[in-house]
Amino acid sequence: MSLIFKLASRNLLQDRLRFIGTVVGIVFAIVLVTIQLGLFLSFERTVTAMIDHASADLWIVPFGTKCFEDPSLLDIRDRALAMSVPGVADAIPIVIGFTEWSVPGGGTTPVFVVGSDTNAPGLHPWNFVQGNLESLSAPHAVAIDKTYFDRLGVTKVGASTEIREQKVEVAAITKGIRSFTTTPYVFTPLARAQSYVATSPNRISYLLVHVSPNADIGEVRELLQAKLSGVEVLTPAMFSSRSRNFWLFGTGAGAALFAGALLGAIVGTVIVAQTLYSSTKDHLSEFATLRAIGSSSGYINKVILCQALLNSVIGFSLAACIGLVVVEATSETALPIIMTPELTLGLFLLTVLMCVTSAIAAIAQVLRIDPAVAFRQ
Amino acid sequence: MTEPLIEAIDIAQSLGKGAGQVRALKGVSLALSGGQLTLLMGPSGSGKTTLLSVLGCMLTPTEGKVRVLGHDTAGARPGELAKLRRDHIGFIFQSYRLFPMLTALDNVRLALDVRGEHFEHAIERARDVLLTVGLSHKENAYPSELSGGEQQRVAIARAIVGNPAAILADEPTGALDSENGLAIMNILAEIAKDPSRAVLVVTHDPRVIPFADRVIHIEDGCIDSDMPAAAISRAGATEFALG
Repeated sequence: MSLIFKLASRNLLQDRLRFIGTVVGIVFAIVLVTIQLGLFLSFERTVTAMIDHASADLWIVPFGTKCFEDPSLLDIRDRALAMSVPGVADAIPIVIGFTEWSVPGGGTTPVFVVGSDTNAPGLHPWNFVQGNLESLSAPHAVAIDKTYFDRLGVTKVGASTEIREQKVEVAAITKGIRSFTTTPYVFTPLARAQSYVATSPNRISYLLVHVSPNADIGEVRELLQAKLSGVEVLTPAMFSSRSRNFWLFGTGAGAALFAGALLGAIVGTVIVAQTLYSSTKDHLSEFATLRAIGSSSGYINKVILCQALLNSVIGFSLAACIGLVVVEATSETALPIIMTPELTLGLFLLTVLMCVTSAIAAIAQVLRIDPAVAFRQ
Repeated sequence: MTEPLIEAIDIAQSLGKGAGQVRALKGVSLALSGGQLTLLMGPSGSGKTTLLSVLGCMLTPTEGKVRVLGHDTAGARPGELAKLRRDHIGFIFQSYRLFPMLTALDNVRLALDVRGEHFEHAIERARDVLLTVGLSHKENAYPSELSGGEQQRVAIARAIVGNPAAILADEPTGALDSENGLAIMNILAEIAKDPSRAVLVVTHDPRVIPFADRVIHIEDGCIDSDMPAAAISRAGATEFALG
């Protein structure tokens, strides 16, 4: 084994207090970046969760719709027009909207109603832990997510309350259907949803288009767009992208998360740079000797970079462990932090980049050393 | 006559800038040949260490030429000078300059590691050299666990492990007691018997003159005498050393 690793590790460990300080700095920086980017991923997923789980080849949405939660409405007659377009097998209406849920213990809380007929492949709840889709056929039946039990004041199937003075009975419970806006989702059949959100029966939010097996989705989309006015026909990917862009960038939420992540990375880089620089300064005499005995700049650079990489590997390993604990701790909450293999790899590369960048000042300092000082000291 | 291993021709060296500039060397010419232990003596501030730095390719002379094994160093880039140092010159410093966090074996091996030599060969060679300087039993000791004399022997081992053409030593006995100082000079004299290797020792210590083949005296940046060591009488050694 080359002595580069030994020199680097001994340089780092010689001043243990400083080494611990460096590692703590890296860990804090990476945990901060992990949380910010994990939240971003979580938001990204929840923003499009409804679109991702809907059964649709195309979405017909009111013109100018910015996101899934947009309150604009379509006319039910658009369904008939859509059905008349060649290649359209079905156009399933859904209704969405904010309304007020009467908390059994007192007061109200906003909820987001999603209405779709249970006998058609529209937009239905998933991840049932109690009850099922058929349970929603019962009078006043709704499905809620267990994440929001506290908010809604109900904890079990059979619990009842009111929405807009209309009876509601919890018939099914899901797990992990969270809302980006943190407003609980309430699933119910179409007509009941229209009533809960006080929408006229001839008004709907979206049409989920199923294209015939042999039809070309692109062509059907163009035909629909030509046939219907005041609407936009979007593929699920287009609608997801639009929703994502609106919530994460249009509102500034994503930018805030990225800014937090960037701040974490900068703080981490500065901490590592400062400690690497001072560690190098403490070992200038040894680096001067290395230069005097003829070591190349590359050799010296490798020693310093190896110190930086050791910092990054140790710091990242600890940060990843803490990150996993945070992910686990938030997994059941309304705001889970998501960690994916890609994010983990990205964070490792970021840590390495951060530490290597911070080595630049130390390298510049060492390369300025006059080897002749070895004779003078 | 054999070709010199290191040759300095009409070297001048200015240090510092502006009003503080001093001419540390003024037209120094010197050739170091294999099989010789040469002492460089003179009072403090006479230019000994500056000359050592120039001969060791650490300082580029303001004027004149330095040749190492026939290679002219004029215009060489720092990387090329570093390569000349690691391939052809071994250095011994007054304060040993060992790495405190490395064992004796690793300190010696370091000179080969910077050359990119395979670690197994480097370890084997470092062990051989530690045996030569009588420290094979201390290969796992850290510098702090060694006496001054032992540390300087490790430094000598580091200087010779790469089989350099020249060894430049700056006051190698300066920090040692008389007994250890003489032991170190014995080792250096033994090394200098190799006809392919030149040893130059900067020293103030007149007691080391008997180990030398040649003694150069420098004062005010100029060589004022260069003679065989045998020509210096025991009585005149102290005066010679102190200038």
